[in-house]
Amino acid sequence: MAALLLLLLTGVNAYEALTLPLEGKRLFNDMLMPGQVSAWFNTLMTGCTLLYVMLSGRDIRKVGNHVADYFALIFFTLCGLYILSSYNTLLMLFLGIEILSIPQYILAGADKRNLKSSEASLKYFLMGSFSTGILLMGIALLYGAMGTFHISEFSFPTTELFSPLALAGILLIVVAFGFKVSAAPMHLWTPDVYDGAPTPFASYMATVMKVAAFYAFIRLFHNSLGSVSNKWMLVIMIITAATLLIGNITAVFQQSVKRMLAYSSIAQAGFMLFAVLSVNELGRQSLIIYAVAYTLATVGMFTVLAKLKDYTYDGFNGLAKSNPMLAFATAIFIFSLAGIPLTGGFMAKYYAVSALMTQGNAMWLVLFGLLMAAVSVYYYFRVIWAMYFKPGTPQLHEPMTTTDNWLLLFTASLVILVGVAPQLVLAFA
Amino acid sequence: MPTQYYLFLSLALFCIGIMGTLMRRNAIIIFMCIELMLNSVNLLLVAFSKMYGHADAQLFVFFIMVVAAAEVSVGLAVIVLMYRKVHSVDVNILNRLKH
Repeated sequence: MAALLLLLLTGVNAYEALTLPLEGKRLFNDMLMPGQVSAWFNTLMTGCTLLYVMLSGRDIRKVGNHVADYFALIFFTLCGLYILSSYNTLLMLFLGIEILSIPQYILAGADKRNLKSSEASLKYFLMGSFSTGILLMGIALLYGAMGTFHISEFSFPTTELFSPLALAGILLIVVAFGFKVSAAPMHLWTPDVYDGAPTPFASYMATVMKVAAFYAFIRLFHNSLGSVSNKWMLVIMIITAATLLIGNITAVFQQSVKRMLAYSSIAQAGFMLFAVLSVNELGRQSLIIYAVAYTLATVGMFTVLAKLKDYTYDGFNGLAKSNPMLAFATAIFIFSLAGIPLTGGFMAKYYAVSALMTQGNAMWLVLFGLLMAAVSVYYYFRVIWAMYFKPGTPQLHEPMTTTDNWLLLFTASLVILVGVAPQLVLAFA
Repeated sequence: MPTQYYLFLSLALFCIGIMGTLMRRNAIIIFMCIELMLNSVNLLLVAFSKMYGHADAQLFVFFIMVVAAAEVSVGLAVIVLMYRKVHSVDVNILNRLKH
């Protein structure tokens, strides 16, 4: 049922992407301005959600008794995504972020019998509402400087004189977005929350929700604050470098694959920040392709993880012998996350790096990012090493069905498709 | 009164809220500090609204109140859930339970 509804939503968004004007249509008193690109982003993300529901529908049903609620909350999150992809006022930005986040607080605590799940929910809720407070202060200060909430009407003085209110507002908004996309040093909640939350919901949090926050980030910082990029560039550069460093280095030391994926999601956020830093068209395209490649691979990895009883690297020992199809799909996802050529992850990293190089004043960050991508190969390939070269019998919750296997292979083939033909993803972007 | 007085007052309230959130260990008090942060923003928005003579910032305040109420309903439910399990609302206990 949920899958049918999602299919319908994907279709509607694709139709919108075909018909909406490129510059955007003004809706609700200029509050929303959906254009072709945002409708296309919606289409891609709804499609990913459809795939996610089909892949982990069975795992979602096993989390607790309120299955209908879980699906409803996933749809609310999607609603937040639609607002965030087309907002034109800071009010809609705030509402979108809240509609996106509040269902996630509930989903993180969905497994009520498990103390870790409740703990994750509480932690996520406290950090999330703290960041909301910061975001609101940023919005209020920016309003004080600009006199309007409409981001398309912001005008900055061309002289050296820059309102300290606006500067403080922009910095607070950067910090708040940093919380939402789990960029270092605001990433501390991420590993605990992803680790404690039920695996199928952690997967949704790490992917669609994070990507939606990134799209909102870009929409504000490219379109309306792009003209004053010299004011905020340095801060985001430092955040990016810290995110890449902390995410990758800490991931190396993890023993649990679930925690490793949490740190890897921080590390991948570092690369997505490249798209924010490069204030150009290519940057936006690189975010969209990164969003799709990262979402497909991470959803796939979490689905595999949800099937296993043991979340440590040892849990993957000998998977290639007992479930060759599962192991093969996992290997493709890992290749994509590590950025091996011919997979979506490679194309995503390639676009992100070339967008930043076009922008041209952060070459040291490009080199640093490539170095960190090399580090990431180590911890990603430990999974492949365990699956293919270590003896063992992995414990599954239940035997894999043929449908599950084929769906995972289908997801893996989509990952390859993104890597081979990225222009398909960028058809309307 | 000049608007900057309101600005200083609400920034002070905001900072008290941030300090409370970071330093207190009782989940309910942390929660109250977050509400204090939101309300300082409300005050600031109303002051700016008066300064510019626009009503849209006051409209924003209503949205903040509604969303804060939605957050309270979720947040208190989570805290109650936690309290039933560990009979405490101290957030330090969470870190002890982690491993």
